[in-house]
Amino acid sequence: MAKKVARYPGKLIVVEGIDGSGKSTQLHLLDKWLRSLGLNVFFTEWNSSDVVKEITSKGKKKALLTPTTFSLLHATDFADRYERNIAPLLEAGYFVLADRYVYTAFARDVVRGCTPAWVRKVYSFAVVPDVAFYFRVPPDVAMDRILEGRPKLKYYEAGMDLNLSNDEYESYRIFQSRIVDQYEEMSQKDGFVVIDGTLDIEEQQNRMRKHVGKLVPPKTPPSIEMKEAQPK
Amino acid sequence: MTQQLASRPLKYYGEGISYLKRMESKGHLVVVEGPDGSGRSSQIDLIVSHLEAAGHAVITTGLKRSELIGAGILEAKHKLPLGKKTLALFYAADFADQLEHKIIPALHAGYVVLADRYIYTLMARSSVRGISRTWSHDLFSFAVKPDLVFYLDVPPEELFHRVFQKYGSLDYYESGADMGLSDDLYESFVLYQKGIAKEFRAMESKYGIVRIDGGRTIPEVNSDLQRRIDEYLRSPH
Repeated sequence: MAKKVARYPGKLIVVEGIDGSGKSTQLHLLDKWLRSLGLNVFFTEWNSSDVVKEITSKGKKKALLTPTTFSLLHATDFADRYERNIAPLLEAGYFVLADRYVYTAFARDVVRGCTPAWVRKVYSFAVVPDVAFYFRVPPDVAMDRILEGRPKLKYYEAGMDLNLSNDEYESYRIFQSRIVDQYEEMSQKDGFVVIDGTLDIEEQQNRMRKHVGKLVPPKTPPSIEMKEAQPK
Repeated sequence: MTQQLASRPLKYYGEGISYLKRMESKGHLVVVEGPDGSGRSSQIDLIVSHLEAAGHAVITTGLKRSELIGAGILEAKHKLPLGKKTLALFYAADFADQLEHKIIPALHAGYVVLADRYIYTLMARSSVRGISRTWSHDLFSFAVKPDLVFYLDVPPEELFHRVFQKYGSLDYYESGADMGLSDDLYESFVLYQKGIAKEFRAMESKYGIVRIDGGRTIPEVNSDLQRRIDEYLRSPH
């Protein structure tokens, strides 16, 4: 990834972890807090670009995607959000909150069989985040949270394309634990701030806010001054 | 043709596709590159007829032809302008789909695969738009290395006339209209095509691209191409 050379005025905060690790809940609470401080916040989610969505879902339904194509479609989605939102908003001084970032690709694509060095090069245009939180939970705990209601798992979500097991729940378990292995490997190298996802929700949030608080400018919001400046 | 086709490992530009490491090729990959109006499709039709008459199994492939996402690319282009990295990755995804679903299986089965454009056009388009050549090269490290690559070289001024005569208008991206090179469409087209041609020259030695003078008549260009292809197919691999 691009080094932290050309600094932008905004802040990029990222959450990573497997499904059921609680990261989205935590990012949501962080979002509320930052907004309450009067900061400009933008939230972005993995695999959510309108441009790419239609095409990916079509391919996913057909179950035709090879690991390389799958990886490149997610990279396209990411690039679209990056070029359209993330980069310009960081330039404009926003707090950009990303529910999953390039590390999700590094973990999933490698588990699917793409070369780690290749995946990293594909995403080399993305800036290193200011903080990347990794929500560590024992895989069984996370998977129990997800599988509790025996939901219908999607083909790729369950990792069925990897032929790990004919049973989609079993496949999902193997797939998720392999992703955890990748996250754990990255944790040190990529400087993740590890959050124990088994702690109380409030306690996790306090820890996050302690880290993010360091990025919040001491003098808060221009919105108050603007109000004062307005003639009655 | 009684000669048994020899299997050999697929050659890649970089790491290749790790989960296809043991896939072998009995076929040949021949690429014809060149801008719109350079005569690519006419030449490919002629080559296909000739090779089939000679008893080869031939399959053609091109950019934007993938069933999976080809149509999506066109739609997205019209809806809202895409960023340059987004577009580059979109084309790469489309290419990967065709490579794995069409080109590699055909090579494995012993076909002569004729590609109407390949990664070089994609890399050239990205590079003129300011994307680093190294990034593009790394991006396509999963691409199979062709046996032959031709580039049909036609001066941009001549291309302009050919394209206009054929289509009556210019393609938005092919004339670099997204780059704001000039308000004048003719000038923009010429500048853009010159930029693309320059990229191809820069890639020639690295990727073994053979430049063919595409300014000649169709039969002249064809006999030149056909001679080179026949020579290659007769040589031991």
